[in-house]
Amino acid sequence: MDNLSNLIEGFANILTPLNLLFALIGVTVGTAVGVLPGIGPAMTVALLLPITYGLDPTQAMIMFAGIFYGGMYGGSTTSILLNTPGESASVVTALEGNKMAKAGRAAQALATAAIGSFVAGTIGTALLVLVMPQVVAFAIELGSPEMLAILLVAFVGASAVLGSSRVRGFASLLMGLTIGVIGIDFVTGQQRLTFGSAQLADGIDVVVVAVGIFAVGEALWVAAHLRRKAGTVIPVGRPWMGREDWRRSWKPWLRGTAFGFPFGAIPAGGAEVPTFLSYLTERRLAKRPEEFGHGAIEGVAGPEAANNASAAGTLVPMLAIGIPTNATAAIMLSALQGWGLEPGPFLIEKQPLLVWTLVASLFIGNTMLLLLNLPLAPIWAKLLQIPRPYLYAGILFFATMGAYAVNAQPFDLFLLLALGLVGFMLRRFGLPVLPLIIGVILGPLAEKHGRRSLQLSGGDLNGLIGGPVAWVCYVIIAGVILWPLLAKVLPGRRPHDRDHTPTEVSA
Amino acid sequence: MRAQSTARKASLLTTGIAVAALALSACGATADDADTAPGAGATGGTGGNAAPASGLQIMVPNSPGGGYDTTARTVAKVMETEKITGTVQVFNLPGAGGTVGLQRTVNEKGNGKLAMQMGLGVVGAAYTQKSQATLNDTTPIAKLIEEAGAIVVSKESPYTDITSLIDAWKKDPSKVNVGGGSSPGGPDHLLPMQLAKAVGIEPTKVSYISYDGGGELLPAIIGNKIAFGASGFGEFLDQVKAGEVKVLAVTSEERIDALPDVPTLKESGVDFVFTNWRGIVAPPEISDADKAVWVDALTAMHDSQAWKDEMEKRGWTDAFVTGDEFGTFLKEQDTAVAEILKNLGLVS
Repeated sequence: MDNLSNLIEGFANILTPLNLLFALIGVTVGTAVGVLPGIGPAMTVALLLPITYGLDPTQAMIMFAGIFYGGMYGGSTTSILLNTPGESASVVTALEGNKMAKAGRAAQALATAAIGSFVAGTIGTALLVLVMPQVVAFAIELGSPEMLAILLVAFVGASAVLGSSRVRGFASLLMGLTIGVIGIDFVTGQQRLTFGSAQLADGIDVVVVAVGIFAVGEALWVAAHLRRKAGTVIPVGRPWMGREDWRRSWKPWLRGTAFGFPFGAIPAGGAEVPTFLSYLTERRLAKRPEEFGHGAIEGVAGPEAANNASAAGTLVPMLAIGIPTNATAAIMLSALQGWGLEPGPFLIEKQPLLVWTLVASLFIGNTMLLLLNLPLAPIWAKLLQIPRPYLYAGILFFATMGAYAVNAQPFDLFLLLALGLVGFMLRRFGLPVLPLIIGVILGPLAEKHGRRSLQLSGGDLNGLIGGPVAWVCYVIIAGVILWPLLAKVLPGRRPHDRDHTPTEVSA
Repeated sequence: MRAQSTARKASLLTTGIAVAALALSACGATADDADTAPGAGATGGTGGNAAPASGLQIMVPNSPGGGYDTTARTVAKVMETEKITGTVQVFNLPGAGGTVGLQRTVNEKGNGKLAMQMGLGVVGAAYTQKSQATLNDTTPIAKLIEEAGAIVVSKESPYTDITSLIDAWKKDPSKVNVGGGSSPGGPDHLLPMQLAKAVGIEPTKVSYISYDGGGELLPAIIGNKIAFGASGFGEFLDQVKAGEVKVLAVTSEERIDALPDVPTLKESGVDFVFTNWRGIVAPPEISDADKAVWVDALTAMHDSQAWKDEMEKRGWTDAFVTGDEFGTFLKEQDTAVAEILKNLGLVS
């Protein structure tokens, strides 16, 4: 293995005190940035760029990689503790994570997120070393028809978890889709539901929607009930994960990794779709599905592994062929140009030491993140013991800051408040929140890929049916829809059979 | 009872530490944010003495990492390191193809410390986004760089030269999908539309598919999802060297140093030249002195070796023009863009 010997050289290169220091700075800044809603890793890397021009490219890349991974890590903390997702990739984590926190299991939720991220990050980085060229070839083959099929799987999966009442579930989904439609139509340039406002032309940022619905909605709900219900004190719970938690977490970690890594490598695949797929899969496979919605650890472990694995996946096309698949990677590539290096297909050939030192630094950064975050989990968890009025005041403060930080527009604060009221109403009338969020995030994606497929085929409906990946997805959809019927015909089988477990990745 | 309350105090203490930690990290970020946010200096020309070009701000009307962002940050870096100006603050105000930033610039009437990074994309966006503020309201400062467009196909493409591609395109425009890295009204959209018009294809018949920047466009070309891509040539250089894609033609007046074997459209018998460009404008009604400060600072920056090195590294082509000359150029571009978008029905 040529790659392996290069990697060892990379490790030899990074294990100098100075490089380790830059890795440490990177992961610390990254975690901090992830904790803060609205400020993403892309923004941070861009802000730090001028500082790093004085540094050696290797050191700067080590630091950027730390920020990148750290951001994915940190996003989970506020999702779990404050129900305030810091990035769109950790929206799903808030669903079960915050419920766990309220049940006194915040430390376990944080720990499974931290360890899951570590496992996924490490496996993802190992895959980066082993299968880089193959993954790139696969990712480029995937076109819009395939992406559409994958998104439809997520939609069908979501409708299966619409909550107690289907009507309420669909109502929530439709609200989400409507919010997702706001903005300029990317094909015709028409404004949709913007009411002539330039601030709405780019649509509403997912972070603003999530923070509004989750955090502000909940704060209003609690405030409305504070007088009638004496504030129940959140139980403290044990500080570490128990055996049962480990047993329930390790499979979701691996499955989450399997979802996240390939998605990161797909152009514009992103980290959100795999977190949804992971959540829906865990919900289907869970031994005790009734726990979902009340704090199931699987619902934290899977999505958190998925978003970190996707971060590793993003580096595949970036390092192998110089194609950035998200904003952070784009800025890192532009930084390379600033040093006069040519990112692209030849980077690995021309600068093997830089590339392999970067990969080695990912392993080191991941380990550092675990060491940094795991001991902090029980301490973070104590945060919830702040008396309720102060706790929710703090949550509102964070939510407001996060919503403002996304675009630095006061307009977003009004949006946040309006969405908070929507969130309040959802709770009041018993509408589930997840379908709305799925609609907001996946709706525009599905529209984009559906319309692009049709554009490519000149309006021919056959254009919607793509290659083998799309076929597999449609078979899964048919299976999910027909499963209740099949289960009746075949009475011997239990509905939660394990036959459609996705292939697990072994390190 | 007492024991319980001590325990509670202890846990409150830990909580306090956790809160402090959160607050600390919050401070770090707010400080970062303050750098990017509109500073107090932006609101109205603070009447302080005319110390040479301090407290300047450049606004980038789209998100970090894009072309405008890179240009503005490079300009700021060179001006600082060459000691032409004091610290130049670069901040992002993204939204609606740059028109949120444009509106802000127009609102900052008379603010001589602020300038906006812009380019051809903002010209188109002002129309497609139906912006109330227009570039005619701003004070043109300088055009900095330009980049020729390129017509790109994958290595497996049936089209081996630009003539065969254009012939097939003319035969059935709906069968030949064009991809570009910008939304309608952006440079990658204007390029194929104007080219179509130049070769006698009705622009409304062109099947244009917009991708989200080069990161999405390149895989679509390499993976043979579209017939050809139209974008700035810089996006493709590495892939050309790797043999993944072929550039059939460049849209500049002369051949490009980086691609000496690729013919221009003109050589291939198509009378059409297209360049994407980036420049800097200031708010309306700034004083002549303020305008001179910007023009002089940018001229000094343009003359520095550091700027030449940056252009070389990033593959930018020099296109430096200042003041009124840039203003005339802006007007020409504005008219041409308005015409093609009207033709497409994107602007009424």
